[in-house]
Amino acid sequence: MVTPIQDLGAASLRFVEELGRLARFSGNIGSAMLRPPLRFGRFVDELFKLGVLSLIIICLCGIAVGAVIGLQGYNTLIRFGAANSLGAVVGLSLIRELGPVLTALLVTGRAGSATTAEIGTMVVTEQLDGLRMMSVDPVHYVVTPKALAMIAVMPMLSTLFTLFGIFGGYVIGVRIMGLDAGTYMTSLEDAVDFENDVAGSLLKALVFGILVGLIATYRGYTTAPTSAGVAAATTSTVVIASVCILVFDYFITALWGV
Amino acid sequence: MTSNPKTATQTDTAHLAFRDVSMAFGERQVFDSLSFSFPPGRISVILGGSGSGKSTALRLIGGLIQPLSGHIIVDGDDITCLSERQMYRVRAKLGMLFQGGALLDWMSVYDNLAFPLRERRQLRADEIAERVRATLSAVGLEDADDLLPSQLSGGMIKRAALARAIIMRPLILLCDEPFSGLDPVSARRIEALLSEINQRFDITVVVVSHDIPSTMRMASKVLLLLPDGAVEGTPAELHASSDPRVASFLNPDLDAAALHEAGRVEALPSRVQTGTTW
Repeated sequence: MVTPIQDLGAASLRFVEELGRLARFSGNIGSAMLRPPLRFGRFVDELFKLGVLSLIIICLCGIAVGAVIGLQGYNTLIRFGAANSLGAVVGLSLIRELGPVLTALLVTGRAGSATTAEIGTMVVTEQLDGLRMMSVDPVHYVVTPKALAMIAVMPMLSTLFTLFGIFGGYVIGVRIMGLDAGTYMTSLEDAVDFENDVAGSLLKALVFGILVGLIATYRGYTTAPTSAGVAAATTSTVVIASVCILVFDYFITALWGV
Repeated sequence: MTSNPKTATQTDTAHLAFRDVSMAFGERQVFDSLSFSFPPGRISVILGGSGSGKSTALRLIGGLIQPLSGHIIVDGDDITCLSERQMYRVRAKLGMLFQGGALLDWMSVYDNLAFPLRERRQLRADEIAERVRATLSAVGLEDADDLLPSQLSGGMIKRAALARAIIMRPLILLCDEPFSGLDPVSARRIEALLSEINQRFDITVVVVSHDIPSTMRMASKVLLLLPDGAVEGTPAELHASSDPRVASFLNPDLDAAALHEAGRVEALPSRVQTGTTW
């Protein structure tokens, strides 16, 4: 009976220790952001890798999700004679919930895992130690531009996902199901409030960007220096970040009503 | 090709020193109260079998890891008392050749060499270019400047990494297994380069290796890490040692007991101070 309790205690201690390390790591990133030289070139490189290279998957998934919501929404609303509200259903679903959440999950799978694998490989091949031996702080040179780029791209990609989703819903509702285009757009405009819905959506995306950026860089930076270590770190980034996104989504929604 | 190593003397000032350094990874003890010193301007070699702590010693000198206890002196600074930020000042005196090269894999060879210059010095682009070309030429990589590390052979990676390690003209060059994974010709080329760098730039070179012939040719001083202790001396002293552990390491094909019986007892190398657990 004692052993399971001991195991639970040990696991709890490890969890708290890990949280402490993550907090310290976040502090190092915060201090690196304020320290010259400004790594603007590295930041732009990361924006390209994390943002531009994610565009196709974000746009395609946005259209697909919007189309599914449009189809399901139309089939449901038509039963209650409320098919004219399809624009509002598609828009609010995407802006308030699906846009930021699905974008964050997609970015985690595509860019978050790549970030962890890249930093982890640098650990294995001693590139980070090489930087330290050249008196260059790896957190300043490698980690901070990646984390900041992740934070910056998430709201942009989420907005793009949402816009393409609304377009997907429009194609299904208007072009295929025969709804009036003006009705679809008016319903959307009337239902969406900028402060509550759009700003809230951007807030969620920003929080998810911080979460994914921190988790992906932290897991990469603390990778065990073996190939199995890189694989484990990459997997754990996807798992931990995905769970955190969904849990934080609930709390943001519950606390701020977004 | 490889010049005769300078001879370490009693009057050498310790440039690098371990004082009662203990190190462990979890339950595994690597060193216990290890003390030794290396003279300036010479080539010193840390020899030992796999897992004996050779690379750990090098990483301790570079401040990449911290010992459990003891003091590590690098050019007068006790680096065990320094923070990571303060270590940057000490590392400006160090260059390190990593076992796998540790070249930044998204940069060309040229940019890898220019990187520390751009980071640490306020040199103009043309001065940086001149320094990079000269250093690449010194290691025989003039034509590889625009290649990525993934396009280089093992020997070329070592030479490019060596060029990056010396481009800031460090006082001390640390080399982790510079001959591993290389064919004999490439290994001899690296050996010659290290000797030339030592003599031409008067850089203290510390080589970690388990390649006995190469290291014995170049070394002025050798630290041999053994499972139950450590021994230091000149290559000649180690070769003449009657210590069966030393003899069996240097001549694995010979029976150490037979060597002892044959009377090779002269010129016993100095034993390294160690704790009671050796």
